[in-house]
Amino acid sequence: LSCKVLSSVVTPCYCFVSPQIRVKPDNTGVVTDGVKHSMNPFCEIAVEEAVKLKEKKLIKEVVAVSCGPQQSQETIRTALAMGADRGIHVDVSGKDYENLGPLQVSKILAALAKQEDAQLILLGKQAIDDDCNQTGQMTAALLDWPQGTFASEVSLEGDKINLVREIDGGLEHIKINTPAVITADLRLNTPRYATLPNIMKAKKKKIVTVKPADLGVDVTSRLEVLKVEEPPQRQAGMKVETVEDLVVKLKEAGRV
Amino acid sequence: MAAVGALSRIARLGSRICKNRVTLSGNSQRRGIAACIDPSHGLTDEQKEFQKVAFDFAANEMAPHMAEWDQKEIFPVETMRKAAQLGFGGIYVQPDVGGSGLSRLDTSIIFEALSTGCVSTTAYISIHNMCAWMIDSYGNKEQREKFCPDLCSMEKFASYCLTEPGSGSDAASLLTSAQRKGDHYVLNGSKAFISGGGDTDVYVVMCRTGGKGPKGISCLVVEKGTPGLSFGKKEKKVGWNSQPTRAVIFEDCAVPVANRLGEEGQGFNFAMKGLNGGRINIASCSLGAAHASVQLARDHLLVRKQFGETLSNNQFLQFKLAEMATKLVASRLLIREAAQALQEDRPDAVAICSMAKLFATDECFNICNQALQMHGGYGYLKDYAVQQFVRDIRVHQILEGEVFSLSLAFLFVFCHILVWLLWFHVRQL
Repeated sequence: LSCKVLSSVVTPCYCFVSPQIRVKPDNTGVVTDGVKHSMNPFCEIAVEEAVKLKEKKLIKEVVAVSCGPQQSQETIRTALAMGADRGIHVDVSGKDYENLGPLQVSKILAALAKQEDAQLILLGKQAIDDDCNQTGQMTAALLDWPQGTFASEVSLEGDKINLVREIDGGLEHIKINTPAVITADLRLNTPRYATLPNIMKAKKKKIVTVKPADLGVDVTSRLEVLKVEEPPQRQAGMKVETVEDLVVKLKEAGRV
Repeated sequence: MAAVGALSRIARLGSRICKNRVTLSGNSQRRGIAACIDPSHGLTDEQKEFQKVAFDFAANEMAPHMAEWDQKEIFPVETMRKAAQLGFGGIYVQPDVGGSGLSRLDTSIIFEALSTGCVSTTAYISIHNMCAWMIDSYGNKEQREKFCPDLCSMEKFASYCLTEPGSGSDAASLLTSAQRKGDHYVLNGSKAFISGGGDTDVYVVMCRTGGKGPKGISCLVVEKGTPGLSFGKKEKKVGWNSQPTRAVIFEDCAVPVANRLGEEGQGFNFAMKGLNGGRINIASCSLGAAHASVQLARDHLLVRKQFGETLSNNQFLQFKLAEMATKLVASRLLIREAAQALQEDRPDAVAICSMAKLFATDECFNICNQALQMHGGYGYLKDYAVQQFVRDIRVHQILEGEVFSLSLAFLFVFCHILVWLLWFHVRQL
């Protein structure tokens, strides 16, 4: 497969390492001040897979992409230290960033894929802060490309891709054409640690900054978050003496 | 869809906490970063990357095993080799012989992070690094090419031999003799308390080739398997159990003159220069332990309830934790300043490295000790990591410049300065 460019999306997500996640007092979201950001674990797996394919000489180049404020560049640097060749930082900040959702990101990715003439887009299956699991699928739809989601095994065969997907029923084997979108699941690989020499080499690799407008993408959100609440407190359970009691109680609670 | 949901929740939980791909065991403790003691403040982006790799490695490859290594006295060769693959085998060794070519400050940051995973192993890695650096800095082309690549990849491990049964603080009075016989030196004597001794491959030995005092000391590299090189019994220690400690014995041990670093009589000079970096490294290890202990203490205070509320509501404990956090940050700043001074070869480098070691090892031990106290009875159980941090860093106050002797050295210098100032003042009058 003479792959021109492999685009890998790295989503900087809030990796909550504080003991407790707290909802903001005005119920508009969760508290993010002082919380460390790091690369989304599934995106790490996607980057690792991309770098592996490059090492097998099946693809030519790995481009790491991130959408967000200036800090997103740190996540791109991590991807570069893992072996990506160059980075594209799509600058989205402030209110636009707070409202950035899968639809907007997938529009950006579709535009970038066309611009870079990419043959393959590898993403993490979902971000661990919002768990949307939509970006990959939407990107494929916008580009009208085949998609292989929840991939736990990827192999290239000529200009087709053999994929094993993790689904509820077990494992599904499919074969899709390129260009395609693949989303990485947990068991696809174990991401490597960046080595000290690679971190230093990454400094010399290029990160280009673009704005969504440059790509012709409108990032206005079609969604409005009305309220964010903590899950209800766990209620105490109840003990019953007989099975008849159980059925009565279940009927009372409207469960049967 | 339920299965996918459950799977992703488990994955998310696993990813969120310690980035472990293994399910959480009851014993694995989260090491989150509280914002005010965050060790990445003030670092460059590149240094933050180094630190991140080191923290991840410590959390994933070291922390889950630290108790077992301590209990079973395992020297974790495979894990250390994995660390070497990331570049941790020769952090401040030149790249042309396989090192990572980083600065003293980068090194301090890395050891501090690794230490949160296992102090004893990190301390050994720092000793190994010092040996590799010594050969890199003071060896000739042949010696550098012969020894450094294997040391940087940890294909071979190194030990540093200075201390003897009769000379600890008074290192210059060492007795191990090296008599020149043609193209060999014949070594006789013994070294004590050698970290890694018996299990390591390369020994950097300070021995006496000339007369008494520091000017008679030279530095020789001795390889394991050399006839006449033997080892004492493995010492049983309170901590630092993931590295074996043995006496190293020389009985008519013939070492090629080609293995001498630099000229005869330069050995003590090398040793003193090495100790500056060694002090920063050991202090950095103490720092990591203290950082981990503060987080463990905080986690415990948030969970343990007495008198109807969590201990975190107790004002005394709040004040105590705040003090611990303050001393931690103060230690960290002093160590990083010392690293910077050493890197720039400033005139105050020796003094500030000693000050950093003196201050940080003492304060960090107190921090770990107080963290243990905050755990109450549980702190005394080996199921809880905090006791291992306390045991492991206690020795940092002893080696690489014993704190009382460092204090004496200061007192000596300080008195001299006082006398001089008085004299100057009197002259002015």
